[in-house]
Amino acid sequence: MENPMPSDRIPLKLNAVGLSKKDYDGAASTLCKGCGHNSISSQIVQVGYELNLRPHEIIKLSGIGCSSKSPAYFLGMSHGFNALHGRMPSVATGALLANHTLKAIGVSGDGDTGSIGMGQFKHLMRRNVRMVYIVENNGVYGLTKGQFSATAEEGLELKYAGQNEFPPVDLCMEAIIAGAGFVARSFAGDAKQVRELIKAALSFRGTAVLDIISPCVTFNNEDDSPKSYGYGTKNEKPLHELGFIPFAKEIQIEPMEPGELRTVKLHDGSLISLRNLDADYDPTNKLAALERLIRAQETGEFITGLIYYNPTRPSLAEVEELDTPLAQLSPEQLRPGREKLEQFLQAYR
Amino acid sequence: MSVLERQQEAGHATRSPVINDFSLVVATANGTGSQTANLTLLRSFFKMGIPVHGKNIFPSNIQGLPTWYHIRVSHEGYIARKPSEILVAFNPVTAAEDIQELPAGGVCLYNADLKNLPKRDDLVFYPIPVSELIAGVDVPVKRKPYIANMAYVGVVAWMLGVPLEVVEEALGAQFGYRQKLVESNLQVVRRAHEWASQNLRKQDPYRLEPMNKTEGLIIMTGNEAGALGAVFGGVSVAAWYPITPSTSFMDALREFLPKLRKDENGKPTYTVIQAEDELAAAGMVMGAGWAGARALTSTSGPGISLMAEFVSYGYFAEIPAVIWDIQRVGPSTGLPTRTSQGDVSFAYTLGHGDTKHPVLFPSSIEESFEFGWKSLDLAEVLQTPVFVLSDLDLGMNNWMGRPFDYPTEPLQRGKVLSATELEALGGFARYKDVDGDGIPYRTLPGTPHPLAAYFTRGSGHNEQAQYSERAEDYERLMARLARKFDTARNLVPAPAIEQHPSARVGIIAYGTTRYAIEEARDRLAQQLPTSFLRLRALPINQAVRDFVAAHERVYVIELNRDGQLHGILQNEMPEYATRLRSVAHLDGLPLTAEWVKTRLLSEEAGL
Ligand SMILES: Cc1ncc(C[n+]2csc(CCOP(=O)(O)OP(=O)(O)O)c2C)c(N)n1
Ligand code: SF4
Ligand SMILES: [Mg+2]
Repeated sequence: MENPMPSDRIPLKLNAVGLSKKDYDGAASTLCKGCGHNSISSQIVQVGYELNLRPHEIIKLSGIGCSSKSPAYFLGMSHGFNALHGRMPSVATGALLANHTLKAIGVSGDGDTGSIGMGQFKHLMRRNVRMVYIVENNGVYGLTKGQFSATAEEGLELKYAGQNEFPPVDLCMEAIIAGAGFVARSFAGDAKQVRELIKAALSFRGTAVLDIISPCVTFNNEDDSPKSYGYGTKNEKPLHELGFIPFAKEIQIEPMEPGELRTVKLHDGSLISLRNLDADYDPTNKLAALERLIRAQETGEFITGLIYYNPTRPSLAEVEELDTPLAQLSPEQLRPGREKLEQFLQAYR
Repeated sequence: MSVLERQQEAGHATRSPVINDFSLVVATANGTGSQTANLTLLRSFFKMGIPVHGKNIFPSNIQGLPTWYHIRVSHEGYIARKPSEILVAFNPVTAAEDIQELPAGGVCLYNADLKNLPKRDDLVFYPIPVSELIAGVDVPVKRKPYIANMAYVGVVAWMLGVPLEVVEEALGAQFGYRQKLVESNLQVVRRAHEWASQNLRKQDPYRLEPMNKTEGLIIMTGNEAGALGAVFGGVSVAAWYPITPSTSFMDALREFLPKLRKDENGKPTYTVIQAEDELAAAGMVMGAGWAGARALTSTSGPGISLMAEFVSYGYFAEIPAVIWDIQRVGPSTGLPTRTSQGDVSFAYTLGHGDTKHPVLFPSSIEESFEFGWKSLDLAEVLQTPVFVLSDLDLGMNNWMGRPFDYPTEPLQRGKVLSATELEALGGFARYKDVDGDGIPYRTLPGTPHPLAAYFTRGSGHNEQAQYSERAEDYERLMARLARKFDTARNLVPAPAIEQHPSARVGIIAYGTTRYAIEEARDRLAQQLPTSFLRLRALPINQAVRDFVAAHERVYVIELNRDGQLHGILQNEMPEYATRLRSVAHLDGLPLTAEWVKTRLLSEEAGL
């Protein structure tokens, strides 16, 4: 069922907006059993429930790919837009210009973002369109049956695709360089981190990019492949232990101990707490973030966490001075009066 | 040899005066500010009450960047392109060729600084001592080349008998009444005029006399008119990528919106985004239209190709969008500064698998304005991408027109269900034909109702917007979309028909070719009377069928090589396939009445 009714039959635990967790479900997934994308979908469902999101205030968008199919499988009571391959950013930009009060969750793949959609991805971040942009990164094109994507590691060998001859694109680096102010990497197998990052990203007023390694169990899941479950589970190296503290609970956080627990304040007053696991990692330092990513790439480290954070740039809606959502303007606001036309034409006589 | 001697040597017999009926071409090098001078002439003639039209003809990449500005005046009101009898030769690179092209009896006003001009005994020559005339005029050195053009304005005014007060008024309008600028320019005009009256003797027959045929009219470019129409049509998201000749559409939109569309608190009720390419521009428009904003983009042929997948998606997912295509010639650079009607069949069926789109054909600034607002209504009413196919000639040139009629109908937002309506209905099926017109109902994101949401996708879907590859679902969807297109037939602007009571021959055309055709029809009134159907939009309705049925032969005249509309009409009316004859032509220039007349006569003679 694609548009589930709020369930009122079975007595379920309801959240603050009167919805059960089931109300955040979507249609049954048609992806392969065990696909990383499914775990991410279920974390989005969990986040919706835990954050008391109102489904009608959310839009979900995607490009094309197995990953991009997934918005059909969560938040069934939210409007969805499964766009063109690589072109979700422009659709999201337009939709959020029409109504900047909506919260947008975009889901893309590494092919969708890193190849055909690289240009739009970059320009989305350059404009700082407010949305959560999730890349479900599996190093292959799942939907077209296993070709290498631009994020596949150099030298990687796969049964169908053969050997990859080119160095990988690092989407987090691309995001930082393009001006995104919230850049994170995670692992579909690390449910808690994925969940906390999505929550925090929803509070960010700008493009929040989550590059989530999401194994393709069908085409790229041999234990020696860096984007497999086996490899990720064994080698994931979180930079910090990460928690999201919604605005209302702010008073509950424990006092900070420098070097150990760091908090980052989000636009709506919510906080992210980061307990450092990596030697004193500071996600607000752009150069340090890039350096850490480059180092990780060179050594093959699988670092995860909030890699870069900078809340200072205004979002596109702020730059464009949007006030009443453009989709909700009255006829009077949309069409100037008759006398305005007559006056205007005077200059052309 | 003195000027007077040279004139006498030419020894022209006095000819009877030619009043308010000729063409004049100003040949200058691009970037010398000649546009101001040319528009001053155009406006002066207009203010004298004489029907007038100006066309800027400019190749995109030739040494010296020449531009030719053609002005036609016609007391009969004809404004199609017509070869010029009068030349203002100010471009050293093209002067020789320009002079050779003049017809016998023509006039050449030339910058006296130009050397080695060809001699022709059958022309009248008037020199203009530009350096002398601008010497000592008080303007910054940087502006000298600009005011140099005012020298020909003065001499042309003398030659044609344009009162200086009229030129002054026109200049005022041109410079937005900034007195200092007007003064320095006017100083040159006056000097040139005075010099000409003292040193030249009028030997040509061309003159202007005041009329009252432009009273109450306005002058504007098609792109400005279209943009203004969109402003009054409530456009609130515009996305674009620069490309000649559509750029001035967005320039106008960006100029007009801040003046006309701020809300009570001074906040903009619009946004204009320069996208990274046309593909992204189309995506933004789709996203905005889906989310409930009135959205448009403007581009030209090469941009249309990048928009193809989104337009196709918009057709299947049923998303309102307006796309202005200011047509030019060819891919890549092609002939980017030349006009054409070359995107008709491309735009009409752009997409994958049985896509068809409403296409509007404005032919004037009045229609550019009207279609500017109407296209936004149509897109939302029909929930589909709508094309407006203008062209470089209409879009970038200045045209006379009646002051625009305020939109005759209130904004039409189409079938959008609110939360209250959803509650009353107990839900909805996004792609179901409830009313039998093929147009389903939609909801906007943000609608506060648990049953408002639906999932939008390009791939197969059933009436509930669920993924489906079932054969029945696809066929049903396609049949409904065809039904919706049939509904569109009577919603798009109807054709303008001039039925001649006894004509056996009909003409079908669209857009700016109308001017040459209207003039040719008048000239052929005795010899070959014709009826004329000016198509204002696709898809066609019954009136087009009836028109073809009522004539033995119908010529479809258009500005492309292959007769694109002709092909479409043959397809739509296979029963009349042989009755429809293609008269198509493209050399990058607007049609002339002479060409239309000759072609029609030879077609008829060849029967
Ligand atoms: C314009 C266009 N080109 C190609 C395709 C075919 N195609 C569909 S999905 C896909 C790759 C998807 O890979 P990715 O984004 O990594 O998603 P995954 O399936 O791996 O989740 C391709 C090439 C398409 N749909 N559209
Ligand atoms: S092919 Fe790979 S990416 Fe696609 S659904 Fe299956 S496991 Fe997931
Ligand atoms: Mg992939």
